[in-house]
Amino acid sequence: MKHTRLLAWLAVALCLSVAVSGCKKKPQGVTPLPKPGAPPVTGAETPTGPVLPPAPTVPVETGTRAAPVTIVPETGIPPAAGDFSKYREDRDRFKAETVYFDFDKSNIRPDQRHKLDAIFAVMQTLPGKALKIEGHCDERGTEAYNQALGERRALAAREYLVMKGMNPALIVTISYGEERPADPGHNEAAWAKNRRCEFVLLVPPGE
Amino acid sequence: MKPWIGLFSLLLGASWLAAQTDRDIDIYRYTDPLGFPPAIAVAVSGFTGDVESVLKSDLAFMGFRHTNADQAQYLITGNNSTSLEGRVVDRITRAVKLAKAYTGGSSRAQAHAFADDIALALTGRPGIAQTKIAFRSGTRRGQSEIYVADYDGFNARAATQDGSLNVAPCWAGVATLYYCSYKPGRPQVFAHHLPTGNRQPVAAHPGLNTSPAVSPDGKRLALILSKDGNPELYVADINGTNLRRLTRTPQEESSPCWAPDSKTICFVSRVSGVAALYTISAEGGSPQRLATVGAPTPTEPDWSPDGKWIAFTALTREFYVCLVPATGGKVTWLVAGEDPSWAPNSRALIYAHGPAGAKRLSLLDVPTRHRKDLPRVLESESQPAWCRW
Repeated sequence: MKHTRLLAWLAVALCLSVAVSGCKKKPQGVTPLPKPGAPPVTGAETPTGPVLPPAPTVPVETGTRAAPVTIVPETGIPPAAGDFSKYREDRDRFKAETVYFDFDKSNIRPDQRHKLDAIFAVMQTLPGKALKIEGHCDERGTEAYNQALGERRALAAREYLVMKGMNPALIVTISYGEERPADPGHNEAAWAKNRRCEFVLLVPPGE
Repeated sequence: MKPWIGLFSLLLGASWLAAQTDRDIDIYRYTDPLGFPPAIAVAVSGFTGDVESVLKSDLAFMGFRHTNADQAQYLITGNNSTSLEGRVVDRITRAVKLAKAYTGGSSRAQAHAFADDIALALTGRPGIAQTKIAFRSGTRRGQSEIYVADYDGFNARAATQDGSLNVAPCWAGVATLYYCSYKPGRPQVFAHHLPTGNRQPVAAHPGLNTSPAVSPDGKRLALILSKDGNPELYVADINGTNLRRLTRTPQEESSPCWAPDSKTICFVSRVSGVAALYTISAEGGSPQRLATVGAPTPTEPDWSPDGKWIAFTALTREFYVCLVPATGGKVTWLVAGEDPSWAPNSRALIYAHGPAGAKRLSLLDVPTRHRKDLPRVLESESQPAWCRW
């Protein structure tokens, strides 16, 4: 038992150090491009040990840059199997909460987290209702690549909400890749608007 | 042809060596840096209209180059006043390599049939002039249907009319397509029997079901599913059963394709932080990174049917169609464009290019870089898949 507690503390300490070092401020208005031949930034190998269950969020105090850190299990949270096809779609409810992403990235940016926090708070007041997350990309990836990236973005937003305590069975994801741009332009201003997750409230039939 | 014959004649440069050795000189002058067989010089005459243009175009993607009658290795003559009659003669020896007449079908179909016969007679490899392609075509962003057409884009027919988003077509034999359709409200993989229009769901798991790739032996299916929490690579029996997960990464995988022996899968993973190509045994195991020296962000691999090459899209400022040896190594940049698909002759590629919402398809003869745009179908064509069955 003693060993288990020690290991748990070590795990928390590791998480904290990762969180602190991973929170460096990025220059404004600069889109990071992938570096050729960059070393792996995420666990590059197939996990060898047992997969851990989802861990609770750990708030980290980092001065002015304080932000909650989402700890995502290595293999993700399986998407919901429920059928919400009969539910009515309310696309306006979370219109202001569209979450934006950096180029070629699927992590939730610190400056976007408050939108997910707001969605979480609203969903807590709406028992019985479900949420659809649509993942989108800009046109600078190829079509098949973007279809997978869009799903990864939607699942990243879903993981954040589940970590906060939402029922995963009530959140479905769909990737539209680059197929439905918010802005049809071919420039960085348009691309920044197109790298996004949109949130659709799903209302049960009869409500 | 022994090398010393060509070398000897080159050194002497003398005309008395007889015309036969001219061809040897020709061959050595056109040695291809990628090791493809050199293009055979032919002169086509006597044909008119569609037949002439189709025949010449077909030959340019099957290892031939067009030249004057006095420089050609073979003379291709004939006429199409009623139906097509054609002869192929060795210019030097006057040996008749092929003499055939064609009836029935359209004049285009007759020209394609003659071109394939020429390819087989002169290169020993089957032609590609009568093969088919599948692709997606749409009238606006967010919606597309699956089409099939002759390899040159003619005789395009809509395989789907769903008014939905249908993407990522792949052939499973000459009569069946696999693709991803959003028609059910979320992306699922279907097997579509073209002669009947009958469709069977193959993968309808929670989350993303996409990028079906049928193994060359027709027995198995590689695909991308997010049912376990992340877009990962899976392999299944051809009907979608017996599903096995091959990758476990915190990032997404995409675009699987098969080696010709149906034992190895090449795919894209962003596990290192940026897109890279990996190969993995279809039985599982650890993925091996495929070196693409000079192209840092490769996507959309397609393995040549002869096993030698992997064509892919480099994500640079523009998309670029590239080649890398199937064992990895130095990249050859071919042409601006994306999503290449090999012809059955492992020589020609079909690919897409142009801005999102207005893409179009083109053919490329890899060793000569000869290109040709396919006719437009709707407003945007992409994701070509060459039928190699």
